[in-house]
Amino acid sequence: MDLVAYALAALSAGNLALALVGVVAGTVIGAMPGLTATMAVAVLVPFTFTMEPAPALIMLGAIYTGAIYGGAYSAVLLNTPGTPSAIATTFDGYPMAKRGDGDLAITLACLASVFGGLVGAICLLLVAPPLAEVALAFGPVEYFWLAILGLTLVAALSEGDAWKGVVGACLGLLLSMIGSAIIGGDIRYTQDTQFLLGGIGVVPALIGLFCIPVLIDLVISRDEHLRIEGKVAGFRLGEAVRIALANKVNLVRSSGIGTLIGMLPGAGGSIAALVAYSETRRTSGDPESFGKGNPAGIIASESSNNATVGGGFIPTLVLGIPGTPADAVVLGALLVQGIKIGPALFNEQGAIAYTFIIGLLVATVLMLPVGLVLGRYAYGSIIAVPKALLVPAIAFLTIIGSYAIQNNIDDVIVMFGIGVIGWVLNCYGFAPAPIVLGLILGPLAEQGFVQAWMIGSATDNLLGMYFGRPISLAIIAVALLTLLYPTISRRLHERKARRAARRTTRETH
Amino acid sequence: MHSFCFATCRRVAAGLGLVAGLVFSASALAQALTYIIPFPAGGESDITARIQEPVLKSISGRDVVVQYKPGAGGATAWASLAKMPADGSTVMGTNLPHIFLQPMEKDVGYKTDDLVNVYIFQLTPDAIVVPADSPFKSLKDLIAAAKKAPGTITMSGSGTNSGPHLSAVTFNKLAGVKTTYIPFSGTATSVAAMLGKQVNAAMTFTTAAIQQGDKVRMLAVALDQRLPSHPEVPTFKELGIDMLSGVFRGVAVPKATPEAERKKLSELFGKVNQDPAFRKKMAEGGFVIVDVPYEKTGPFLAAKSKEYESAAREVGMIK
Repeated sequence: MDLVAYALAALSAGNLALALVGVVAGTVIGAMPGLTATMAVAVLVPFTFTMEPAPALIMLGAIYTGAIYGGAYSAVLLNTPGTPSAIATTFDGYPMAKRGDGDLAITLACLASVFGGLVGAICLLLVAPPLAEVALAFGPVEYFWLAILGLTLVAALSEGDAWKGVVGACLGLLLSMIGSAIIGGDIRYTQDTQFLLGGIGVVPALIGLFCIPVLIDLVISRDEHLRIEGKVAGFRLGEAVRIALANKVNLVRSSGIGTLIGMLPGAGGSIAALVAYSETRRTSGDPESFGKGNPAGIIASESSNNATVGGGFIPTLVLGIPGTPADAVVLGALLVQGIKIGPALFNEQGAIAYTFIIGLLVATVLMLPVGLVLGRYAYGSIIAVPKALLVPAIAFLTIIGSYAIQNNIDDVIVMFGIGVIGWVLNCYGFAPAPIVLGLILGPLAEQGFVQAWMIGSATDNLLGMYFGRPISLAIIAVALLTLLYPTISRRLHERKARRAARRTTRETH
Repeated sequence: MHSFCFATCRRVAAGLGLVAGLVFSASALAQALTYIIPFPAGGESDITARIQEPVLKSISGRDVVVQYKPGAGGATAWASLAKMPADGSTVMGTNLPHIFLQPMEKDVGYKTDDLVNVYIFQLTPDAIVVPADSPFKSLKDLIAAAKKAPGTITMSGSGTNSGPHLSAVTFNKLAGVKTTYIPFSGTATSVAAMLGKQVNAAMTFTTAAIQQGDKVRMLAVALDQRLPSHPEVPTFKELGIDMLSGVFRGVAVPKATPEAERKKLSELFGKVNQDPAFRKKMAEGGFVIVDVPYEKTGPFLAAKSKEYESAAREVGMIK
């Protein structure tokens, strides 16, 4: 069979070595707060121009998948997502680290990432063309409802203080509107400066909102960063495997969500992880335990964000339409190599396409040993490094990270400004996650809504546009369930309790 | 403890190395040609630069460093060009109509005249594209449908007040029809909307259409001759619609760059355009090579300026 030949090509010693280098480099870059997966890929693209297409692609895929995983390290250990995809990993990862289970959390993140990565890559290998059609079925209005579904997560994120969550999300939505609007071209909230014309970037805001408060808190408190009771246990692999096995439904569901959302151009890993997280929380018997260090949250977030790697390559390779920003960079690299992406790729240049996909699978498998070893190293170093070293190191990275996105000093100023605001808000109990959520989902919701409105008005079918399409209706249903489920389940619970109480009173009479 | 410190030191060192690398590459290669792309890596400007890069290197014997400075649709980089070295060591990619439309619309920190274009080397022509199984077999079908029910035919494109937007409005005017333009965040998403039949057609570029192969049908291209790779696709002109539009790409230098350096760079990019391997790669991608050297950029840009201004007035971008 052809696939065997492609597999052998992908498994050549040189390619294996490149995949290993790529995974290690990706994981390290992803782990640094501020250095994202897209940046990791973009920095390395020029080096691949001098390489043969297949090894070049294998290395890019390996870096990408490693970086998405690496984001979990700082999410767990510093409460700072290393890449936007790891936002949801902070929710339960950091509480776990605080209670001394950081090693377990990192091992779990590794297992979940490998599983999710494999699901995404296998979908890419076996069913990419039909899945790409699914991605095309998502029109503007579906993106709008998807963004709304993401926003319902705010309710879940801000347990007990729902209004603070809503205020945070609204602030994020407002921030997302700064600059010149992609649709309509209006200039909004720029105070007539050119500085804000390009808008507030997600990555500078993310770095600011998550890193700066952590830094300030590290400086003003006397306590060590993470207090560990007893000694560092190490991998805790057996325990992690047991937890992962108990979460097999969660793993499969989250990886599926990750693959699907990864396929949607413009959505990406952060949204995939948030949706998977909220679905896991909703369907678990015990939503209260999420956000307090429930391993299921890490599994959901990490398996889904790594599934977006394979998922994102589906429209990239099949349609020539990048699923995620990092895919856009890879797509450009392919075009420079003279590879014609799009419907013809799998037929005319199948050898390269399949070698790449198998290479991605290999890189994902390599992530298991690499991730476990690096994870232990990272965990050990973060807890042992004195604060006096940790703080400047992170501060340095935040500046490098926000500058490097666009080689622009303005982004550093935005990062710092938003960071200070974020710290003040944090002191009053406003968490950073809803703000970032609003910032990420704002453009998606706005563009989807306006486009749907324009198409609906043109075809004189506004109501049908928003409420008459099957995929939209399904997303609306899930969003409603997410919003109302806590209330409904509480009611059901109360009714059951009342009935039980009535029965006991009847019996005593 | 020491090994842990070592681990962090290594991570910090890696970060330092990155910076050092950037600084080093900037100073040590001072004689190199820095080629700044005002868009993210992987876009069409980047692809063009990357195909030019080896040819530039072999002709000039200088190292070529491609850098990216994306932001605000290119405006961030263009606004910064004036402060860049004006000794012929730095060139920056420019795109038409972007460099005309942006300053026309608002204060973006640069004026069109601040950018001294030394060569315009490439055109990505506009094309109206439909899915392969669309009921519109020809541009005539689309025009007939638009005439029958004005406004109901939707056409996706990249951005508001952008090249595709102006082209869609120009098309409406010249064909005497009313179609509805739906802006998307980029070329890729606008093509996806067309492929998924969220809209009836896309006003996009030949490059994007060629990438989709037989999944799509180009109804017309905005060139004065048919595309060599697609002789079956008519031009707008043949169909009685006098439309020659698309994105022109070139390179500009800071205003302070001496005349001699401008000419030298113009010559260099002209030679690259003559390279057979380069021409072949560009044609395969659906790019059209044009030759507007430094001496001729003045009249060329003046003519384009008039064209864009009237289209912008049509769209309501300027009053």
